[in-house]
Amino acid sequence: MTQPGSFGRETLALHAGQSPDPAHGSRATPIHFTTSYVFPDAEHAAALFNQERPGHVYSRISNPTTAVLEERVAALEGGVGGLATASGQAALHLAIATLTGAGGHVVASRALYGGSHNLLGYTLPRFGIQTTFVDTADIDAWRAAIRPETALLFGESVGNPGLDVLDIPAVAALAHENKLPLLVDATLVSPALQQPLALGADLVMHSATKYLGGHGVAVGGVLVDGGRFDWEASGRFPTLTEPYDGFHGMDFAEESPVAAFLLRARREGLRDFGACLSPMNAFQILQGLETLPLRMRAHVANTRAVATHLAAHPLVERVAYPELESHRDHALAARLLPDGCGGVLSFELRGGREAGRVFIGALRLFSHLANVGDAKSLVIHPASTTHFRMSAADLAAAGIGEGTIRLSVGLESAGDLLADLERGLYAVGKLLKG
Amino acid sequence: MDIQLQGDTVRLYHGGRPFNKDLPAILLLHGAGHDHSVWTFQARHLAQRGFTVIAPDLPAHGRSGGAQLASIEALANWTLALADALGLARIRLAGHSMGSLIALAAAAAAPRRIAALALLGSVAPMPVAPALLEAAKEDRARAHDMINQWSYTPRGQLGASPTPGSWLTGANRSLMERQAPGVLATDLAACNAWQDGLATAGGVVCPTLLICGERDQMTPPRAVKPLRDALVNAQGGARMMEIPGAGHALMAETPDAISDALRGFFTDT
Ligand SMILES: Cc1ncc(COP(=O)(O)O)c(C=O)c1O
Repeated sequence: MTQPGSFGRETLALHAGQSPDPAHGSRATPIHFTTSYVFPDAEHAAALFNQERPGHVYSRISNPTTAVLEERVAALEGGVGGLATASGQAALHLAIATLTGAGGHVVASRALYGGSHNLLGYTLPRFGIQTTFVDTADIDAWRAAIRPETALLFGESVGNPGLDVLDIPAVAALAHENKLPLLVDATLVSPALQQPLALGADLVMHSATKYLGGHGVAVGGVLVDGGRFDWEASGRFPTLTEPYDGFHGMDFAEESPVAAFLLRARREGLRDFGACLSPMNAFQILQGLETLPLRMRAHVANTRAVATHLAAHPLVERVAYPELESHRDHALAARLLPDGCGGVLSFELRGGREAGRVFIGALRLFSHLANVGDAKSLVIHPASTTHFRMSAADLAAAGIGEGTIRLSVGLESAGDLLADLERGLYAVGKLLKG
Repeated sequence: MDIQLQGDTVRLYHGGRPFNKDLPAILLLHGAGHDHSVWTFQARHLAQRGFTVIAPDLPAHGRSGGAQLASIEALANWTLALADALGLARIRLAGHSMGSLIALAAAAAAPRRIAALALLGSVAPMPVAPALLEAAKEDRARAHDMINQWSYTPRGQLGASPTPGSWLTGANRSLMERQAPGVLATDLAACNAWQDGLATAGGVVCPTLLICGERDQMTPPRAVKPLRDALVNAQGGARMMEIPGAGHALMAETPDAISDALRGFFTDT
């Protein structure tokens, strides 16, 4: 039994945020494919705009189908609420743009998804927001990078693709010492395996494109607020603690201490930047979310089999999966990810770049593409694809070699996956023998 | 707006409009372990309808400083002192749960100053389950879980929120976690200890409305009736209103119904 007043993850994944449709009794979440909502009368319309009555006005700001997804992910993460975005990238951008602007600064782990690295390292500086990248495990480097204008600390639960485990309690403690929030990208683990908010993080983001949806059909993102960060006490967040002329002069932290961030992110960020999620995509992601805990258990089981198999193979130099004792963060993973480290792993083939090419070419079940977190198994060579903009030094610092292969282990029969990998390894063996 | 009262800071929320002491004033009192933000929808609504609204953070709650006041009488006196400090001779008073006991005590202590009284999720006396009293002292997380279980209807606990994207029980848990350790326990003990509710009720002479959630497990409708019956001197007799689909957390679960009920009542009184 779970605690009274709370539900287990399996239950939340199926039910949270949805009540059977009052108009027709639909058990499934209806797709509210509408841009806008009829006001019962002029007074009600004004009340919605004044935020004195809750409800929907326009689907860029909120939508009933999308709201189910937002509430469900918030429930699974243990947050106060959620906000769905057009993509994971949009969720990261919205989080940062809500907290800071020109002159602001971010401290981020170096082990990030390549797109996040681009946004922080190359694109946001054009808008006056700088980022200092640090080694995920080097807490002194995190500390040293904090400046007076820093607005948040950011890392991934497990960093893509080196699988560095973020020590959320330690980085959160450092953030809080400095009156800063910690934002965690939990895409690769999902709330089925870890709840960053319970470990001390303040905000969580997902590329819902990955495990939340799970079927590889819909791009989307979700941002969740834990509601515990004290914006007023911090004194570093005028966007949340000073009246905003753009929305009724609202002082968001005074309006709602727990929901200040989400209020501003919706009332400013979704409204003005406009990167909202389509209700169709929300529906599709919800279909996947229903089975998230089941799927993640199966992903983890298959990934363990693949990691063990590869680690024992003579043509594999090393496997990066935190459950293996050889991984730098093995002990940390046992503490923070006791149910498994997700379905992504990477490994280094003997033979470098050419071996990588031959290996991928020989696979039949693993699809060669730029994604992770699909029910189907995926493979990619980061140095030439997702991370190709990074310099050799940055690549090395992020734990990516010339021969690094990243796998996203799917839900196929484990034996079939191992046989497919053997096919690839056999081809590499032939190459190396010349 | 922050003011100083008896040497301590008090955070006042006015529903998005500046405080204006020339308008009819409504004071909204939050319950145990909470702050003013439980009232945001109702405060914004009333502030747009010709009232000036004051939703304070009680001492040691939210952003108000000062020592926590450990009895309903002390909190009622503080409420009247707050009205004095704001220069308000007459106020309309609404309270939720513990806040309703404070409002009841204040209305009886200063009958000429209270123009109308709305009691939400209110029973008197208000015994608190021993298990909850103990959990509030020893294990806050467990206390928060119990409160969430008893404060929300099944729909409120699992289903869609009236506020898109908001996870009601999560928001309530975070709000309680933001209060300093001990605050919830002291609040609940104050509710539990106040035995004078029914006797005090006879001292209330203004129009009085009891608003209760049809599915409230903390202060269920049948338990509200003795209090209604004890409000013998309330002008026109105390009225009771049951809100369909609401539990104890009725401002969050049925925000529009509560806004409408308060507006209707305070406009007519
Ligand atoms: C860890 C991580 N974060 C963020 C993103 C970006 O998400 P999206 O592609 O939905 O914009 C990705 C996508 O690959 C990712 O893997």
